[in-house]
Amino acid sequence: MEYINQIKLEMRSKSENEAFARSVAAAFTSQFDPTVEELTDIKTAISEAISNAIIHGYQDKVDGIIKMEIAATASGRIVIIVEDKGVGIEDIDKAREPLFTTGNSEERSGMGFTVMESFMDKVIVESTPGEGTRVTLIKVLDQTNGF
Amino acid sequence: MGITFEMIDDILIAVLSGELDHHSSLEIREEIDHTFDAFQANNLILSFEKVTFMDSAGVGVIMGRYNKVRSKNGKLVLSGCSEYIDRILDMAGIYTIAKGYPSTKEAIKALRREKGE
Repeated sequence: MEYINQIKLEMRSKSENEAFARSVAAAFTSQFDPTVEELTDIKTAISEAISNAIIHGYQDKVDGIIKMEIAATASGRIVIIVEDKGVGIEDIDKAREPLFTTGNSEERSGMGFTVMESFMDKVIVESTPGEGTRVTLIKVLDQTNGF
Repeated sequence: MGITFEMIDDILIAVLSGELDHHSSLEIREEIDHTFDAFQANNLILSFEKVTFMDSAGVGVIMGRYNKVRSKNGKLVLSGCSEYIDRILDMAGIYTIAKGYPSTKEAIKALRREKGE
């Protein structure tokens, strides 16, 4: 996949940065003439990925580093990678099941991956326990109305 | 994220505004629970009319408040959910524990109707 534009940034695992990451993703994606729905889908999926890295990857510790990379192809494909060096996921299939959560189950929906899968065209999760997690989110923009 | 409260009979109405994510949900749930107890409310309406963004943290907030309200034998209802918020709530099966109404007015009416029966 050849990219026509790409950004990379690193942020601390502070929950304030969830909104920041959404704004960056929206600003970057806006160059490619997305619909309002597509923009919202991307913002929501990114929000879930960053929240997961903070809550589960770094277990609410605020000194972890989250890497976010966003790229676009000429065909209107937006590729987002969110990476942490946190605790990792023992059982990825289980983590992706709707309603599964390791957190405080009264206040956690366990819907993070389900939302990402429903709002994006493809979600790839790679993780090694003790080393970290890398989530790749892909959205294909419908360019029939653009350009 | 901002929140304002209104009390009608034993119904607490929490009007949420802005972006509801993991970060803002931490403060919002404390504030709702505190106000709910302070005003000795039994029923709760969460108004989403002014919410501009929500992810699955919003689902967690609703689930937590449902347990809180249920411990008082009250009801939790939702109002003003946009099509986009609706999609997330539907996905999580929230409408099996809390009904949704287009406006807060209709939510109040529905709660009063149930009380009358």
